[in-house]
Amino acid sequence: MQEKPKVSVTRTRRDSAAKEFSFTADSIPVGGLKDVRAKAWDAFTKFSMPITTDEAWRRTDLRLLPASDFKIPKAGAFEDLPVVPENLLKPLTGEQHGGQITLLPGGSRVELDPDLVSKGIIFTDILTAEREHPELLNRLIGTVVKPEDGKFAALASALAQNGILLYVPKNVKVETPLHSVLWGPGVDLAHFSHLVVYVDDGASVTYVHEAASPDESGHAMHAGIVEIHVGKDANLRFVELQSWGRHVWNFSHERAHVDRGGNLDWIFGAVGSRLTKNFSDLDLAGEGAQGRMSGFYFTDGTQHLDHDTQQNHLAPHTTSDLLFKGALKGKSRSVWQGMIYVAPGAQKTDGYQANRNLILDEESRADSIPGLEILADDVRCTHGATVGKLEKEPLFYLKSRGIPQADAERLVVEGFFDPIMQRIPFEGVRERFQQAIQDKLLAG
Amino acid sequence: MSQLEIKNLHVSIEDKEILKGLSLTINQGEVHAIMGPNGTGKSTLAYTLMGHPNYTVTDGEIIFKGQNMLELEPDERSRAGIFLAFQYPVAIPGVTVANFLRTALNARRRAVNPEDKGISILDFRKMLKEKMDMLKMDHAFAGRYLNDGFSGGEKKRAEILQMAALKPEIAILDETDSGLDIDALRIVSEGVNTLSGPELGVLVITHYQRLLNYIKPNFVHIMLDGRIVESGGPDLALHLEEQGYDWVREKYEETAEA
Repeated sequence: MQEKPKVSVTRTRRDSAAKEFSFTADSIPVGGLKDVRAKAWDAFTKFSMPITTDEAWRRTDLRLLPASDFKIPKAGAFEDLPVVPENLLKPLTGEQHGGQITLLPGGSRVELDPDLVSKGIIFTDILTAEREHPELLNRLIGTVVKPEDGKFAALASALAQNGILLYVPKNVKVETPLHSVLWGPGVDLAHFSHLVVYVDDGASVTYVHEAASPDESGHAMHAGIVEIHVGKDANLRFVELQSWGRHVWNFSHERAHVDRGGNLDWIFGAVGSRLTKNFSDLDLAGEGAQGRMSGFYFTDGTQHLDHDTQQNHLAPHTTSDLLFKGALKGKSRSVWQGMIYVAPGAQKTDGYQANRNLILDEESRADSIPGLEILADDVRCTHGATVGKLEKEPLFYLKSRGIPQADAERLVVEGFFDPIMQRIPFEGVRERFQQAIQDKLLAG
Repeated sequence: MSQLEIKNLHVSIEDKEILKGLSLTINQGEVHAIMGPNGTGKSTLAYTLMGHPNYTVTDGEIIFKGQNMLELEPDERSRAGIFLAFQYPVAIPGVTVANFLRTALNARRRAVNPEDKGISILDFRKMLKEKMDMLKMDHAFAGRYLNDGFSGGEKKRAEILQMAALKPEIAILDETDSGLDIDALRIVSEGVNTLSGPELGVLVITHYQRLLNYIKPNFVHIMLDGRIVESGGPDLALHLEEQGYDWVREKYEETAEA
């Protein structure tokens, strides 16, 4: 409380506060999730717009968010909007996809290998799931991420017209990776997405989800939920990449629940959006559960990316390993705030978190805030956070070998990201990141 | 024949003059040694020849193959044919020796032809293995991060490996013997000797004579307080080994004060 600056709230300040959304209960899609959505809407109405005196939002200011302008895309809206670039639909993992879903404003396209269908795998968009698997969907949805987790979680939960249900039955091993793309072109539009991933006991799957849009002038927003359940001794590799356009305000609430002996390899890549506020929580709920979180971000211009991570060790013998690495250019800013929580009785826990930042321009800024809250006594938890600059000596050394300045910088930056690349077992994803590094370095 | 000509070079670092009118000419095929006590400006000379941004040339010229080097960036000087083996090679974490060397070679090719597709992986690997064998380096070395966690000997070998791959016309070896045990010193020197010949001019900068037992200079220069004060043949180095630097100091510092 004492940290609050003692200033009186003036009229100007009040006027510049974020506007409220203009959505109404009529905006709620009609379908099999009626009750879930109604409850979420109820929660949404109780939240006010986050302000920078809210602990989680201290470094991310929404006062310029033109909330009241956003509308929900009508059915078929995508037909009049820019189309998905081909390269987003290419397989990033392996030779081909076992299934691919394209989520569009007011529509979607679903493809799934018939062989996977016969094994009982469900991989479909959320509106189809509401129609075809209402019981399963109602049973799974909202169990990991709850509307009460935050205003944007409530909003996405109530209004999501785009989303995915991925269900892998017990002991089914999916060999070919699954892929989904959320394509959100258009201005003054609000895109809401809700991903439900349920990998049942002993099952395993690799799933890549990308969210993207072109750069456009004006504003757009996305609010998304990702809820993941990794069952006992199950295995999930989950890669998510966001390359939203520079006009997109991007919010997400993500949480993974990992049961006894389950294993989650969670990879994040973030290069887009005007502003991102992402909550990613890992709940190691069963004994021996393991989770690895690897994050890659690269900001430039005036981008603002805020990643809030939580590694919750709720059972003994659980292992978490988080590494987030980011580079910053121009006047951009990143925030990483991480917490390792060890519950009472979660003995023999091994928790690690590290955030490394590379500042490429004087005016860019990275905030790195690690945290530990340990309520058990026989644990090993380590953390580290660094913010460094591009140094002169390595660049001179490389140049002295005939490598021009721009290539020397690229080498140093690629080298900086290499520990993250080493964690990514997919050539396609690594290439995507390398391309992003190239593009960012070349951009003004 | 390529020639590096240093004329009346004055260099300052943060307004402090370190080199005070140094002149020296090195031809391809010649081996020169510059010796001198610590703090006399030897490394300043090395860094200045390569174009380190911390060193300001206030007067004089560096001409290489008729080109004014002072107008060129370090990478351009390198591509022109100058090489500096660093006294303290810099670690580049996350960048493998192989990736780095291939980038350096391709930069050379692209400087000649911007459309160049780069050296083929196969040719590159073959070349790299040959050079590593010459320096008795384990091939696994190629996959390690450049100078990151290298021992002193590994760093110096890596410098000579780069020299072998980049094929300069003038190589400056800045205190290449420092931090080497006798075996490493021998391997590094043999590497340099293998590369020496009519195509390569070498400038060995060293505090001690021992390196010159392995790399035989044609010319030896003594540097003191930012200038070359004595030049001669290999005998001069032996003389220094026996007598130390005191006689040089006495001879020149007194005249300077007089």
